[in-house]
Amino acid sequence: MKKAYLSFIVLLGAMMVLSGCERPAFQKAQNGFRGTAMVDIQNPRINADKAKLNELPPSTGLAPAEGEKASKVYQNVKVLGNLSQAQFTTFMVTMTSWIAPNEGCAYCHNVANFAEDSKYTKTVSRRMIQMTQNINANWKDHVQGTGVTCYTCHRGNHIPQNVWFKDNPQNATGTSLGNRNGQNQASESVGYASLTYEPFSKYLLASNPARIQGKDGLPNGNVHSLQETEDVYGLMMHFSKSLGVNCTYCHNSRAFSDWSQSTPQRSQSWYGIQMVKDVNNTYINSLQGVFPAHRLGKEGDIAKTNCATCHQGVNKPLYGKSMLADYPYLAQAYPTTVVADKKATTK
Amino acid sequence: MDYQNLFTQTQVIGPDNHGVPINSYDQRERSKGISFNYLLGKIGNAQLGPIYLGRLGVASIIFGVAAFVIIGFHMLAQVNWSPIQFVRQLFWLSLDAPSPKYGLRLAPLSEGGWWNICGIFLTISILLWWMRTYRRAKALGLGTHVAWAFAAAIWLFLVLGLFRPVLMGSWSEGVPFGIFSHLDWTAALSIRYGNLFYNPFHMLSIFFLYGSVLLFGMHGATILAVGRYGGEREIEQIVDRGTASERAALFWRWTMGFNATMESIHRWAWWFAVLCPISGGIGILLTGTFVDNWYVWAIHHGMVPSYPLTNVIDPAIATPPFNPPMEGVK
Repeated sequence: MKKAYLSFIVLLGAMMVLSGCERPAFQKAQNGFRGTAMVDIQNPRINADKAKLNELPPSTGLAPAEGEKASKVYQNVKVLGNLSQAQFTTFMVTMTSWIAPNEGCAYCHNVANFAEDSKYTKTVSRRMIQMTQNINANWKDHVQGTGVTCYTCHRGNHIPQNVWFKDNPQNATGTSLGNRNGQNQASESVGYASLTYEPFSKYLLASNPARIQGKDGLPNGNVHSLQETEDVYGLMMHFSKSLGVNCTYCHNSRAFSDWSQSTPQRSQSWYGIQMVKDVNNTYINSLQGVFPAHRLGKEGDIAKTNCATCHQGVNKPLYGKSMLADYPYLAQAYPTTVVADKKATTK
Repeated sequence: MDYQNLFTQTQVIGPDNHGVPINSYDQRERSKGISFNYLLGKIGNAQLGPIYLGRLGVASIIFGVAAFVIIGFHMLAQVNWSPIQFVRQLFWLSLDAPSPKYGLRLAPLSEGGWWNICGIFLTISILLWWMRTYRRAKALGLGTHVAWAFAAAIWLFLVLGLFRPVLMGSWSEGVPFGIFSHLDWTAALSIRYGNLFYNPFHMLSIFFLYGSVLLFGMHGATILAVGRYGGEREIEQIVDRGTASERAALFWRWTMGFNATMESIHRWAWWFAVLCPISGGIGILLTGTFVDNWYVWAIHHGMVPSYPLTNVIDPAIATPPFNPPMEGVK
């Protein structure tokens, strides 16, 4: 009998310890046919941490588009010259609050002469405004009508919190032992898997299709290696981690490559890959040489974008709330816009 | 009820038991020291030893240690020889197979050559250990069932690291030596070859794996349950049934109409255990060599249930991918 009492007390104790570990139940939403395990699983505890990061900054309201153009009022306005003076000044102040809230105007401007281009940050801002316009105008397949603003990525930081640099995969410490093979490192970029932790150069800078499964049952010239599979796998872990979703948000996991069983989000994600390649090549990399040394990665390259740069852990950045209504001039690319400082032309 | 089969509560410690006498040469190879351990007695026999190492055992351990040390020092070099980081990152560290560009040639040591060397040492070590299990069984006048069961596992090991890479023409197909990395390899293999769950030999392997667990659970439970009638003396009961055996058999006939016998249950368990790696090894050997995409293969053979399609179309068909301009060209 004594033993039975003892077991009962131990059992009770175990139940109390276990119930102390209880967390809010996961939220599950079915997003595919029943029986295919296509369920979006969200952890309310983790989502609560994301809520603050994804609050919208206060709206400035729509500034009047009437009035004299900024290019007439101010000197050396190369990108936003077609804005009204009211729009221009509102946007300058707003942009400062998004990117350099502590430094203010002086982060980009010489306060003695605002028109001067002496600070590299001003050159970068111009290019970034063009990039934002290009994304909103030409990548609607990915950003839809929601679009992006500086705040989508920056959230009050000079450099967005989620960026990537190239990594030399041959980081052997000696002549023969210790090669990490670009893998085998607890890296946040791939959700702490031991997979290829920098798959970005291959898929988000260079253009390589992230497709490794063959279309035929029997071997028919599909030569993609297991190593390449791990590169793609690493990239997919990054997608999953950056968007706070699991594989089945886009794929039916029984046939990852089959589009006809995938969700529409996968298609949108494909456009996202193309968009990021455009952003990294056309805009970010055009600023190589502008950034000072302390902003560069260990391979001497500048910070580049991946999915996490905008998404920051949620499937729709800022929970899909659009900020473009206040800044209609960010929603379109202007044909008269000067493309880059170096190539300034008088069109 | 102080005497129980599992976690024996009463320990009877007698004089050292050196086991059956064998020929004088083998006798020499046995360790002399025999000790008793109370805690070991809690889970099995309290007597530790005699251990038989022999030439095969010594050679196997030397090669095994060599392989283990290569992996260990490689991992230590990966963390710049920092013991603290070695412990922290141990699960991520890995000795990877060479890249595909080296095919079946020996890659430079820094790029996977050590993987080959380590693989050779490990294979030699395992094969020597197999010979040891065979020879020791013979020396004791036993059947060689343990050796052949071990050989089934070695078959799977050789398929993964030797036979399949050779058939595929590249060492890069081999499994990395690392904790997370070999799990990632497993997942990557399945993804690359179109979902291994549609591989029928993988199905069989899982069947035998789960079957082994079920049989192990049923058999263990049955013997413990009839332990109060002396049911754990299974070998005697093969020839002399006794009440424990009769009750156990009747229990299964009552509950499922059929019972295995005191002898056949061990054949059931042995074959299930052995067929698990054998069928798994066949499945791996066919992957990539004879079948490239198991999912598509399974569709052709009517194995795949069809679900309503989402009708999403590959956007790359209509939209060309963004191709960055070549370096230096504007």
